[in-house]
Amino acid sequence: MAALNDRRPDPEELLRRVQDTERRASRGRLKIFLGYASRVGKSFRMFDEGRRRKERGQDVVVGAVQRGVTADIAEILGRLEVVPSIAAKYAGRDYEVMDLAALFRRHPEVCLVDGLAYDNPPGSRNPQRWQDVRELLDHGIAVISAVNLQHIREQQSEVERITGKRAANSIPQEFLHEADEIEVVDAPPEALLDRTGNKNTYDSRSLAELRELALLLAADVVDRQLQDYLEAHDVAARWGAQERILVCFTARSDAREMLKSGMRNKARFHGALLVAYVEQADLREEDREKLNANLALAKELDAEVHCLKGSDFVQTILDFAREQRITQLFLGHSGRPQRAWLGRTPVDRLIDGADGFDVRLFPHGSKP
Amino acid sequence: MSEGVKGRLKIYLGYAAGVGKTYRMLQEAQSLRQKGVDVVIGYFESHGRLETIAQTEGFEVVPRRVLTYAGSQFEEMDVDAVLRRKPAVALVDELAHTNVPGSERLKRWEDVRALLAAGIDILTTMNVQHLESLNDQVFHATGIHVRETVPDWVVDEADELVFIDLTPRALRNRLERGVVYAPEKARRAMENFFTETNLTALREMALRHTAYEVEEKLVAGPAAGETAGGPSDAQPAARAERILICLTGRPSSAILIRRGKRVADYLHADCLAVHVKMSESDAEAVERHMSFARNLRIETHVVQSSDPARAITEFARSKGVTQIYMGRSLPQPWWKSFRETIVQSVVRQASDLQITIVAERRRSGTA
Repeated sequence: MAALNDRRPDPEELLRRVQDTERRASRGRLKIFLGYASRVGKSFRMFDEGRRRKERGQDVVVGAVQRGVTADIAEILGRLEVVPSIAAKYAGRDYEVMDLAALFRRHPEVCLVDGLAYDNPPGSRNPQRWQDVRELLDHGIAVISAVNLQHIREQQSEVERITGKRAANSIPQEFLHEADEIEVVDAPPEALLDRTGNKNTYDSRSLAELRELALLLAADVVDRQLQDYLEAHDVAARWGAQERILVCFTARSDAREMLKSGMRNKARFHGALLVAYVEQADLREEDREKLNANLALAKELDAEVHCLKGSDFVQTILDFAREQRITQLFLGHSGRPQRAWLGRTPVDRLIDGADGFDVRLFPHGSKP
Repeated sequence: MSEGVKGRLKIYLGYAAGVGKTYRMLQEAQSLRQKGVDVVIGYFESHGRLETIAQTEGFEVVPRRVLTYAGSQFEEMDVDAVLRRKPAVALVDELAHTNVPGSERLKRWEDVRALLAAGIDILTTMNVQHLESLNDQVFHATGIHVRETVPDWVVDEADELVFIDLTPRALRNRLERGVVYAPEKARRAMENFFTETNLTALREMALRHTAYEVEEKLVAGPAAGETAGGPSDAQPAARAERILICLTGRPSSAILIRRGKRVADYLHADCLAVHVKMSESDAEAVERHMSFARNLRIETHVVQSSDPARAITEFARSKGVTQIYMGRSLPQPWWKSFRETIVQSVVRQASDLQITIVAERRRSGTA
């Protein structure tokens, strides 16, 4: 059977977190402005923040500028110290490479780096500019940078679907998670169309789709930061902003209907879909087969499948739901008539114990 | 008089005071003014922030109206004066504001609708925690009960929504520097509401909500080019869902209404509410919930019956409901514990429908 997710972070993961924390202590802070399309104004926001910091007395320099800056950016650059980048030519292509050696010598408090996703020419110290930024950070220099959605590697297929284009250079999404702060530069698509003055770049519909993608990406980054923070401070996970749906399988539940609805909820809420079942030792062969078929279907639909162990079905599910910050729990009706005089059924107990999440009961078996 | 076109509504959405909503709004209004657009300030709250005040330079301000209530004087936007002045664009800060008793309308968003109806474009600001549907979630995440809310449909109807971002760290720096509040107030704010976790949670909600509004406009708007009118390509046409919310006089009904409506909105499902009337005992509370539901544009019904579970099931069937939303049944006293609760009974009778039992959103004990 396919691999099942374990509930607890493994030792490797814990070690990575400890090393992360140690590394961050001496490391410069990284702040990234994220825009959903060019001309949304992220470079301006970055340089403007540099200007304000300098006015407040911080030691700010500019490490990299993009070609063809607008008048308002040029005006700010005039007030900042710029460490010139090195022009290089390789295979007929022009490159601008950040002068790391000069920046290390100058060692400012804060370095502004535009065009985070730029490539360096072959033979450079690092193949890409974001790796140069990492070195600045390792030297204790804070960096403020800016990047467009189309340059986030993991988002490129989706961006290509929307725009029909794919940027040649990119940064790994993981680098966004390394940032201490990311700030979204948002604007309605109409503003971009006005500003560019030419409608043949992207239409407003494509821009809206890119905008949504960037907002959701930022929400995910923020969500992870929040969870990391809560974990680091030993605060119990709590109900977040994201809808998280847990489909509970039992041997006889109508998984197809629940998964279908779960998928739809996941898509509409941009939430997470989890599937859990509590292992039972004495399953009948036909029930086992049905369960396995349902689990295979869940994986096919890209749900996160968890196999839980516990002697008490209800308590195991409740604990898991709390730990996973579930907001909706899907469960099949028992299928048998409820005989209340025999005491509360597992479903009743689950409803009673559901703290902070909804329980949705699904009809058993196929419907007319 | 003239059968004018409705004004356009633009909302600057933030996640806390001090992120720069009003500043951004004024900045954009300035650039409109420079282009020759007739812009006035209908209502503006400076909170003593100097950078923001500097941005109001050159604007015509419609004087506020002074009202006396309980011996004190309050200032509100003078809607009639703005209507008389009839600018092309009016700035109205703080959409979620509640007017002082004695005002013509209860809420500022109602004032704004009156201005829009007169063909005036409105620029306004609000924070995500004032959205009605997020009220319980905000309480759950931050422990703060937000009293001033705006129904979601008011925001859904905005022509433009812009998310104004600032990282929680930058916002807390601004507080420390005294840019947002006076020092004493800033210190208290940072210990209570403006904690790193609260701000982060609210910011995530604002990001997700803006994304949702962007997507809604994409779904509602004309598809680009040739696919107009046809079914959306991205998602297979789902069976139309209808959500029925079962209302009672219990306080938890408010949570039920918000939650049911929110899910219905996201799933593009119809949403209706029913109350089964057994006696007159909590008529006032029920009516309050019914009017709350109507305020959120939920169709409400009352059914008279002594058997609530049967009445709910029959009503659901007659209306083609696919999903029933109920609150948890109250714990039974021991002498009744052998009897079915209403939830159990609906689950048994409506076993061909989906039934959602909504839990109260309590705040977890941790910090």
